[in-house]
Amino acid sequence: MSMMHEFTKGFIKENPILVLLLGMCPTLAVSSSAVNGLGMGLAATAVLVGSNAVIAAIKNLIPDMVRIPAFIVVIASFVTIVDLSMQAYTPALSESLGVFIPLIVVNCIILARAEAFASKNGVLGSLLDGIGMGLGFTIALTTLGGLREIIGNGTIFGIALFGENPTTVLMFIMPPGAFIALGLLIAFVNKFVKKAA
Amino acid sequence: MEYFVIIIGSIFVNNIVLAQFLGICPFLGVSNKVQTSIGMGAAVIFVMTLATIVTFLIQKLVLDTLGIGFMQTVVFILVIAALVQMVEIILKKISQPLYQALGIFLPLITTNCAVLGIAILVIKKNYNLVQGVVYTISIAVGFTFALVVFAGIREKLALVDIPKPMRGAPIALITAGLLSLAFMGFAGLVK
Repeated sequence: MSMMHEFTKGFIKENPILVLLLGMCPTLAVSSSAVNGLGMGLAATAVLVGSNAVIAAIKNLIPDMVRIPAFIVVIASFVTIVDLSMQAYTPALSESLGVFIPLIVVNCIILARAEAFASKNGVLGSLLDGIGMGLGFTIALTTLGGLREIIGNGTIFGIALFGENPTTVLMFIMPPGAFIALGLLIAFVNKFVKKAA
Repeated sequence: MEYFVIIIGSIFVNNIVLAQFLGICPFLGVSNKVQTSIGMGAAVIFVMTLATIVTFLIQKLVLDTLGIGFMQTVVFILVIAALVQMVEIILKKISQPLYQALGIFLPLITTNCAVLGIAILVIKKNYNLVQGVVYTISIAVGFTFALVVFAGIREKLALVDIPKPMRGAPIALITAGLLSLAFMGFAGLVK
């Protein structure tokens, strides 16, 4: 039961983006299409799961004073692995996410989970926490990317929804649309989801 | 002319917050008062310039010569964290007034993705050291500019009756969206 809770809490109730408001920079920047959102979400999930598991495993070896720098080194190593793998296997996606892949290092979600969860819990719980939080991040990013892609471009995952040359609100795939769409999405969650929880 | 294009381009056209989405956390976090946002802006200009110079030299002199460019992310983040800590200690010793003005913002800057982001972008764009520094200062000025304007708007926003679900982050994001829309008007200035 409690393991199940660690796994699912990140989806809605403690969703890192929509409820905890962590990791805003990559959220706004890469959510211009559903594919980018999904790619970024999965990349961050991979880093989060890896760093959570390793930090939970070595937490007793790290002196308390230097724990934050130590966490950052672990996270940065995983980010480098993910960055290089993406350059090798998905060059197009890596190109479109650009500088935001190395920037997963400073994504508050990952350090926040390391500090708040992995440094106090066992490996298995941390692993599940990482997967759950990562999926919550991915869900929010893909939803936001999907919404922006539908409104701004008339497509979802590159598939045209409204036939040829639909009338779209181009602004939504440009920077201002990111802010406005995310603002509305959080307001929506505040209004309808938080009450139920 | 070349520098002029970099300066205008990075302050207005590719504003770091409103068009490139770096440094959103402090942008949303420390933008309630104009006064604090000026302090934060000054601290960012200072640290970012220093960080770019140091990381640039490390990249060219150490990582490139040794052929270990893949260590970039790990090295840069550690250098930036150490640098911020050092700046804090030095400021505390030599200039109390400056420390009191910038001190509380310094620890926040380590986790500001803008600093790491710009250090990486300067390398990606193949700038030389002078171009890199000019670019960084303009970017940081652009950050301060956006932050101060946004704080000005939020000071007024605090007085308004906003529907409950929209309070806090949502309305701040939508305001930022409108500001970003205004900044898109600069798009034609430079290519």
